[in-house]
Amino acid sequence: MRWSMVIDLDKCVACQGCSIACRFENNTPVVNPSEALKGRAIRWNDVFPLPINPTEETGEYPHVQTRYLTRPCMHCDNPPCVKVCPVQATYKDEEGLVRQNYARCIGCRFCTVACPYGVRYFNWYAPEWAGALHATPVSAPEYANPDRIEGGGDLEGPAVRPLGVVEKCTFCIHRMQKARARAEAEGRDFRADEYVPACVETCTGKARFFGDLDDLHSTVSMLAVSPRAFRLLEDVGTHPKVIYLREG
Amino acid sequence: MLKVDPRDKTKLIDPLFAAPGARFWLAALALSAVIAWGGTMYARQFIFGLGETGMNRPTYWGVYMVNFIFFIGISHAGTLISAILRVTGAEWRRPITRVAEAITTFALIVGTLQIIIDMGRPDRLLFVILHGRLQSPILWDVISVTAYFLGSITYLYLPLIPDVAILRDNAPETAPGWQRKLYTLLALGWRGNREQWARLEKAISIMAVFIIPVAVSVHTIISWILATTVQPGWHSSIFGPYFVVGAIFSGIGALFIAMTAVRKVLGLEQYIAGRQYRNLGLLFVTMNAIWAYFTYAEHLSIAAGQQVEEFPVLAAKLWGEFAPGFWLMVALMAAAFWALAVPRLLPAAAERVPVFRPRYALASAGAAAVVLFLLVTPQPTSVHAALTDAQIRTLGWALLALFVVGAGLGVSPWLKARPVTASVIAAVCVVIGMWLERWNIIVPTLTHPRLIPYSLYQPTLTEISLTAASLALFGLMFLVFFKLFPAVSIWEVAEGRVIEEAQSKIVIPAPEPSETRRLRQRRLKL
Repeated sequence: MRWSMVIDLDKCVACQGCSIACRFENNTPVVNPSEALKGRAIRWNDVFPLPINPTEETGEYPHVQTRYLTRPCMHCDNPPCVKVCPVQATYKDEEGLVRQNYARCIGCRFCTVACPYGVRYFNWYAPEWAGALHATPVSAPEYANPDRIEGGGDLEGPAVRPLGVVEKCTFCIHRMQKARARAEAEGRDFRADEYVPACVETCTGKARFFGDLDDLHSTVSMLAVSPRAFRLLEDVGTHPKVIYLREG
Repeated sequence: MLKVDPRDKTKLIDPLFAAPGARFWLAALALSAVIAWGGTMYARQFIFGLGETGMNRPTYWGVYMVNFIFFIGISHAGTLISAILRVTGAEWRRPITRVAEAITTFALIVGTLQIIIDMGRPDRLLFVILHGRLQSPILWDVISVTAYFLGSITYLYLPLIPDVAILRDNAPETAPGWQRKLYTLLALGWRGNREQWARLEKAISIMAVFIIPVAVSVHTIISWILATTVQPGWHSSIFGPYFVVGAIFSGIGALFIAMTAVRKVLGLEQYIAGRQYRNLGLLFVTMNAIWAYFTYAEHLSIAAGQQVEEFPVLAAKLWGEFAPGFWLMVALMAAAFWALAVPRLLPAAAERVPVFRPRYALASAGAAAVVLFLLVTPQPTSVHAALTDAQIRTLGWALLALFVVGAGLGVSPWLKARPVTASVIAAVCVVIGMWLERWNIIVPTLTHPRLIPYSLYQPTLTEISLTAASLALFGLMFLVFFKLFPAVSIWEVAEGRVIEEAQSKIVIPAPEPSETRRLRQRRLKL
């Protein structure tokens, strides 16, 4: 399987629901407002105007052209972050997901520097959660996702991460593991449409599609060949697996 | 019992056995205090996290990375002097090899420390070895810096063996026992016989050849940490040689400062003399020119290309928020070039021309400062001005350039009369300039990413304290090392004296005047 996401910008209303869903799904640590002002907020799925930095083409008010973009991790086929990681804390698995192991990361921040999309976030201070996230899933606060991927030297996704490590979008890999486990328990093959990440599930405009790019009949494969399809920063040679459909 | 020249004994050996004076303790105490402060700040950062620094998203690297590249760059002093000059047989290197090699070793220690300070999880440092991925430039760096460190500490130690043996044999009766033991241990039973000399010479020659490619690889790989990413402004193939040249350049600067300090504090004027300053100065000017060429080439391609992502980085340096640092760097490098090049070209009679006098230099510098102030502060615009604002500014910059050149001309005879001071001024300019150069490479690119809002980066007290502590640690290592070991390689200088004496007996026939030769070639009668 080659997991892929298609985001139809024509349907996206920039409501940032994906950001919020992601935050709750993955137990993303919160930072206080002064830290957020320093640019240390963690948003695995960010929504921002495009171009994010002013250029000559942006124009001046009221003659402005504004686009909004929602940006998860691109899960590149040629990920610049994986190439630079000195300890294999980030790696591309056999299904094309770029994963991040908090238990291995040494906090050198080379991947955060190398990623042209800025999808990687660093825990500048010890991550904070309002309430006892460290407690057992049973006693965890209502909003905390009790799902965990940890053990065997792995610490991923919604797991409690330590200070000084890098984290990023995983396409909700814990959901996939759950779906896989369910399929196994029911004694059948796991199908690509059995799971979607939280942002896809929540999307207000139903702008997000998720699936297997290897399956030529999947929604993502069919949308990927649309004339509206484009990838972010195609010229940097990363071959992202998040495909956008142009507005209009 | 190894014999030693009485001159060397009084100047180089006796001070090592004298009880450290008040100046030594004062310096050691001051440096230790700065280091202790830095240690406290690091403890804070270790406990609370890297949030104590000014780093943010997207400026994921800051002063620590700049310091890392800076210190590793400084470490190239040793390689240049002791390896390249040894291989090429430059005789004048002899009195400064020890200082150069010490810079290499200590700068590498301090430089490596910067990376550990910069890590989010320093407790996982060993993962780099346990789980290392050879594809990562960081791992290349770990390998090359380790090789360089092991090589350079060997290279510092090998020429030290005969000197330590001399110290062992010439220690006065009053010398403390631990010091004698230290020298006896480090001398490895050196007796100075033919066999030992042959082996030492062989080992040093092998090390000298081996360490040059390693040194080149070290700074090339540091540049590749940046150049192998696709970030605007870093993805450049010139970075490898550019960084190596910059490293050697800043290394000579550090060497100038260190050798002048050693010469001044230990009174080694007869060892480290005009010849060293003159020759090293020529190398310095050459490296300055090559560095300037690379800098120009690097920035020109970005300026001419006008790529949407790259150009804002360059614009930030040329006239944006990084302009003060960028132009200060350019000014410092130009000043360093001027301080070493122009006084050499100046005829001795120039002093008779009024413009070549220090008071004119002061006046010009003052005028330049006033013009600069007027240029960088907002001025009211006159509505009925005959010239437009842009024209006035252009005139202002031209005037500024004129005054700066005037100041430079005025100060030149003063510098010509003081070659050591001129060298130190140039060296300080270059060392600061090269720190700024690394800053100007690292930070503007990080604050101008593609898909993250442009940001600002301001180092915090933690980062400034740790930078000061790193410099203090560098100084302290020098202080202790040169209290224990001779600052000038005794045997190399003695060897140099023998060679010089032998050469002085060779009679070189006087060259015939070129006019005569020309006529003879045409078979004309004289």
